[in-house]
Amino acid sequence: MAEITNTYIFEKLQQHFGADVLASEESYGMLSVTLNNERNVDAIKFLRDDSELQFNFLTDLCAVHYPDNVGNELCMVYHMHSFYTNLRIRLKFFIPISHPHIATITVLYEAANWQERETFDFYGVIFDGHPNLKRIVNVDEMDYFPLRREYPLEDSTRNDKADEYFGR
Amino acid sequence: MENPVAPDLLKDYTTLNLGPTHPATHGIFQNVLKLDGEVIVDTEQTVGYIHRAFEKIAERRPFYQVTTLTDRMNYCSSPINNIGWHMTVEKLIQVEIPKRAQYIRVIIMELARIADHIICNAVIGVDTGALTGFTYMFQWREKIYDIYEQICGARLTTNIGRIGGMERDLNETAIRLINEFLRDFPKVFGQFRSLLERNRIFMDRVIGTGPISAERALNYGFTGPNLRAAGVDYDVRVMNPYSSYQDFDFNIPIGTSGDTYDRFMVRNEEMVESMKIIRQALDNLPEGRHFADVPEFYLPPKEDVYTKMEALIWHFKIVMGEQDVPIGEVYHSVEGGNGELGYYLVSDGGRAAYRLHFRRPCFIYYQAYPEMIKGSMLSDAILTMSSMNVIAGELDG
Repeated sequence: MAEITNTYIFEKLQQHFGADVLASEESYGMLSVTLNNERNVDAIKFLRDDSELQFNFLTDLCAVHYPDNVGNELCMVYHMHSFYTNLRIRLKFFIPISHPHIATITVLYEAANWQERETFDFYGVIFDGHPNLKRIVNVDEMDYFPLRREYPLEDSTRNDKADEYFGR
Repeated sequence: MENPVAPDLLKDYTTLNLGPTHPATHGIFQNVLKLDGEVIVDTEQTVGYIHRAFEKIAERRPFYQVTTLTDRMNYCSSPINNIGWHMTVEKLIQVEIPKRAQYIRVIIMELARIADHIICNAVIGVDTGALTGFTYMFQWREKIYDIYEQICGARLTTNIGRIGGMERDLNETAIRLINEFLRDFPKVFGQFRSLLERNRIFMDRVIGTGPISAERALNYGFTGPNLRAAGVDYDVRVMNPYSSYQDFDFNIPIGTSGDTYDRFMVRNEEMVESMKIIRQALDNLPEGRHFADVPEFYLPPKEDVYTKMEALIWHFKIVMGEQDVPIGEVYHSVEGGNGELGYYLVSDGGRAAYRLHFRRPCFIYYQAYPEMIKGSMLSDAILTMSSMNVIAGELDG
């Protein structure tokens, strides 16, 4: 069996997903692959079930908001880990904020349930097919998604911290 | 065993609110239980009572100020959170920490792990009705806090260490206290273990309570002692060694059935292993400095700030968050008290993180709670929760 390297994983993904693999990079030793947002369940299932790669563990999932990336403002980030090869991989799927839909992966991992609810709570990403998609840590009545970049942390009208030398 | 619950239509179920402030849940969790007599049919969980939006706050703070946020996640073992965060930033800025600092960090992290497990296991005893063990063990958590106090000046929310090393070297008192701890704790710990481990009453209460299979545990994203109790030997310290963990000789205890007894036993054995690690680290503590040469990130010693221009400038720049950081994305994880504690840091080169996401092990594995207690008695649900060691601060983030 060939040694499993990041290059090998990338080639395998490219073979299987072809044009749906949009970009890749390696940062601090971890392979990061961007795919078409319609293939998120397929990609994670492929990585999990492939007899060589065996990314059996969903470490983490979260979203990142890039307001300047018009048309692809929200990025869903999944971290997976293989206990067999001890490699980790980061998968990214960009989705537009005007239509923030992506398929749920709760069908593959129970662990995704609350993490997807948390992502919905903070970023308003709607996970199609999620069994119980409602806010988890914030109050149900909240009508905005607080971790999006347009919500500044402090009230921008306050001036008690404004300083001639240091700004803000 | 066949589920004793009859079809819904024939039954009147009782709804019981367990929490949010029930004394037996040791934290602010709400579980709305649907009960058939004393048997749990279904559970609805509510979390978020102490949510503090750390991920949002972190987007406005310079890196060194984020440390105090990490304290408040798993506050039973805050040094692990602090040091995990320092290591994430060190990975981003690619700086190698001197061996001495790494060993000191290992000592502190293992002390924190012992403190974390002391709380969890002593409380399992309390929840089964054995208060005695708790009163003995809790004194030793205080002694660990005395050691923290010598190292960083704080006890609970420690803000220990700095980006680039430790804020100060281990002083003589700290070394003496650690040696005393290693000498005296095993005696008390042995008494605690002999009080519970083979105690028939305790065993009857915890064996088979709240079990989970290895397969389900992995599917639910379990890590740490809870996963190992189910029989999977995943430990970040071994899989992805950080801070020189590869230098030490220790075992990873695992269980088989993933029930409360196995979780209790795994934590007990881990405390023994942690003491072994601390002993080795202390005996082989390398000479050298306790911080790396990264003046743009490591806060200079205070006496230098008062007397040296350079140090004053760096101090100023660090405190004002004016130093440049590389652009990039880093994921780093450490073995926290409850499992894999991960930090996903996206840096755009600005003064604060563009995005910081904490992988909080509690939040992920607490989802499995309804499945683990379904069909069991109400009193077993309490034990299952305390043996999972759900920490409210880590759960809600």
